[in-house]
Amino acid sequence: MKLIWKALVAATVMATASHAESLKMAVTTSFYNSGLSDVLLPEIKNDLDLDVELIVVGTGQALYLGQAGDVDAILVHARAAEDAFLAAGYGTHRREIMYNDFILIGPSSDPAQIAGSQTTVEALQSIARTMAPFVSRGDDSGTNKKELALWAEAGITPMGGWYRAAGSGMGATLNTASGMNAYVVSDRASWLNFGNKGDLALLYAGDPALFNQYAFIPVNPARWPHVKNDLAMQLEGWLTSEKAETLINSYTLGGEQLFTFNATR
Amino acid sequence: MVSILPLKLTAATAHMRGKRLVGPVDFTLGSGGMTLVIGPNGAGKTTLLRLMHGLQRCSGGALIWAVPDVEARQSQAFVFQAPIMMRRRVIDSLAYPLRLRGMAKRAARGRAQECAQRFGLEDLLSSWAPMLSGGEKQKLSLARALIVEPEVLFLDEPCANLDGSATREIEAILLAAKAAGTRIVMSTHDMGQAKRLADDVIFMHKGLMHETGVAAEFFATPLTPEARAFIKGDIVE
Amino acid sequence: MAQGFLDAWALVFSFDVDLYEIIFLSLRVTISAVIIAALIGLPLGAWLAVNRFYLRRYVIAVLNALMGLPPVVVGLFVYMLLSRSGPLGGFGLLFSPGAMIIAQVIIITPLIASLSHQTIRDLWAEYHDLLISMNTTRAQRIMALLWDGRRALLTATLAGLGRAIGEVGAIMIVGGNIEHSTRVLTTAIALETGKGNFAFAMGLGLVLIALAIIINLMIHMIGKTERAGTW
Ligand SMILES: Nc1ncnc2c1ncn2[C@@H]1O[C@H](COP(=O)(O)OP(=O)(O)O)[C@@H](O)[C@H]1O
Ligand SMILES: [Mg+2]
Repeated sequence: MKLIWKALVAATVMATASHAESLKMAVTTSFYNSGLSDVLLPEIKNDLDLDVELIVVGTGQALYLGQAGDVDAILVHARAAEDAFLAAGYGTHRREIMYNDFILIGPSSDPAQIAGSQTTVEALQSIARTMAPFVSRGDDSGTNKKELALWAEAGITPMGGWYRAAGSGMGATLNTASGMNAYVVSDRASWLNFGNKGDLALLYAGDPALFNQYAFIPVNPARWPHVKNDLAMQLEGWLTSEKAETLINSYTLGGEQLFTFNATR
Repeated sequence: MVSILPLKLTAATAHMRGKRLVGPVDFTLGSGGMTLVIGPNGAGKTTLLRLMHGLQRCSGGALIWAVPDVEARQSQAFVFQAPIMMRRRVIDSLAYPLRLRGMAKRAARGRAQECAQRFGLEDLLSSWAPMLSGGEKQKLSLARALIVEPEVLFLDEPCANLDGSATREIEAILLAAKAAGTRIVMSTHDMGQAKRLADDVIFMHKGLMHETGVAAEFFATPLTPEARAFIKGDIVE
Repeated sequence: MAQGFLDAWALVFSFDVDLYEIIFLSLRVTISAVIIAALIGLPLGAWLAVNRFYLRRYVIAVLNALMGLPPVVVGLFVYMLLSRSGPLGGFGLLFSPGAMIIAQVIIITPLIASLSHQTIRDLWAEYHDLLISMNTTRAQRIMALLWDGRRALLTATLAGLGRAIGEVGAIMIVGGNIEHSTRVLTTAIALETGKGNFAFAMGLGLVLIALAIIINLMIHMIGKTERAGTW
């Protein structure tokens, strides 16, 4: 027993000994589930000798971790919340990196007939009118905020038995929708990566109103002197580089491009 | 070493939840010999022994050893009516009191082995103490008490649950211990045993020392009617 | 279900380095937490059994209540302690295995203390007169009770281990589920479930169960060679 324990301890020490510099970045579940980080992180490690440790959480928690100084940078997609974050002095600045898009998922039989809609607003109005079951993230995440903004634009306050707030992440919400055969707003990446589609299908996409802008915000070292601002700046430089542009634009899932690089240099 | 005796009890009393169990008792326990505490069930024999040993608090009066209590405590041992067996092997049970006194493990086990030999426990050294028979358990209790060579040994009806041969073995050990200088105070409700072993007698009745004295005199000419009835084998209320 | 079995099997025998890393970290965190919790919980349980003091009943009631504490609450509590904006933020422990160990220690110490308290209390009732008669110090009593009750205490400790190794809510919050750094079996299972990879998640679950069984058997085997008896 003692021997086993000693071996474990020794192995741990060795496993953690030869580490490059590391930086903690809070990212949203939707970004992580896209799989893009699996492509980017090894390249970052190669080019900068930097281990980017991702804390995968909802937008609300990501912003809170930045505010509390528990991460060095955040990568999120919720414009209004980001502006408030900056206004409060929690971050140094906001740098747009890329966008992907949201999509409307629903039962392949499409009881609300949203597939032929002209706009997102029209699609949502059809769902509300037919009271077709709809599952919302309901977790104050970026995706949830976007969904609520779209309902507001459609002039609808979603409520009633057909509208269910799951209070969980994208994957869990898709699971719920799959179980209930309900409509749901998802980011494209989570949908393509989702393994339990059941009878669900992509019914509506492409409206610019559904675009989802990702931005990088370094946590303000004036507030938290321990944050690794220099490393965050290096990372920002890399994320906006031509190499990143190529990698992001060429990343595909099931043959589809997910992200469009749009950083200004 | 300085003797912890005599032990003086002055109006010593034991209460439990407001009820008087024993006392007030005035008594001096001098050195040498074997004192038997006898009396009917519920007379207070157990309580008296526990009071002297310090397991039962004095609720009134005083109980004073010849040396400070901390020292007196080191030179006593107690054997209970129902043997308390630690969940250990016999050898480790015997070594435990020595280990408590800071003896190294090897030395303590060596002494335990010698001691087991003297008490006829050598074949049981590696048995689990709680698995022993009643007689073996009581012999182990006695060995465990004597291994620290106490000056005073208290025993509460040690043979109450034993058969004839086990009782004889215990009695032989006690006589040997007495010969070696151990002061023994023991309770029993077995008149035969009292007559065989006692140098002095304390006759307990209703929580009081009803009669005390030299054994031969007590058994020949008891002074009180209760003691007379008890010796004759009558039922004493 | 069958697919989960197959996936797990394929995974374990593919010698996937990441999987081993995750298993290894699960073991490291859980075993460290159990050892620390046992070092605190066992003597605490014994101490509570041996001592009579004014607030004893309340301490035991609180302990029993803490056993039912939702791990997520413990996670939040530890997060608030270790956050840079919290009182212990200066140590920079958040999102490290150390933080996960702290959370697990808080979760399982009450369990181990409460179970060991019950065991020791019974043993103390048995030993009371003997140990008092032998003029033992308080520490000697606790040592004797812990040693002689070790079999039941081992069971209490294993109950703690079972709770720790399957815990996810707290260590997700304070560990962050960072790949190659704080990802363990349970948080990986939560992650894969979230992605809808049910079969893979199930496979990891089977690995977790197998691990728990192996640890239990190993500890019982080690215990047995020491005892060589019915006790
Ligand atoms: N823990 C206790 N609480 C209350 N009464 C007790 C307790 N122990 C003994 N007694 C009472 O004290 C009296 C003396 O008991 P004990 O000393 O055991 O007598 P003996 O050993 O002579 O049979 C009895 O009446 C008994 O019922
Ligand atoms: Mg009695």
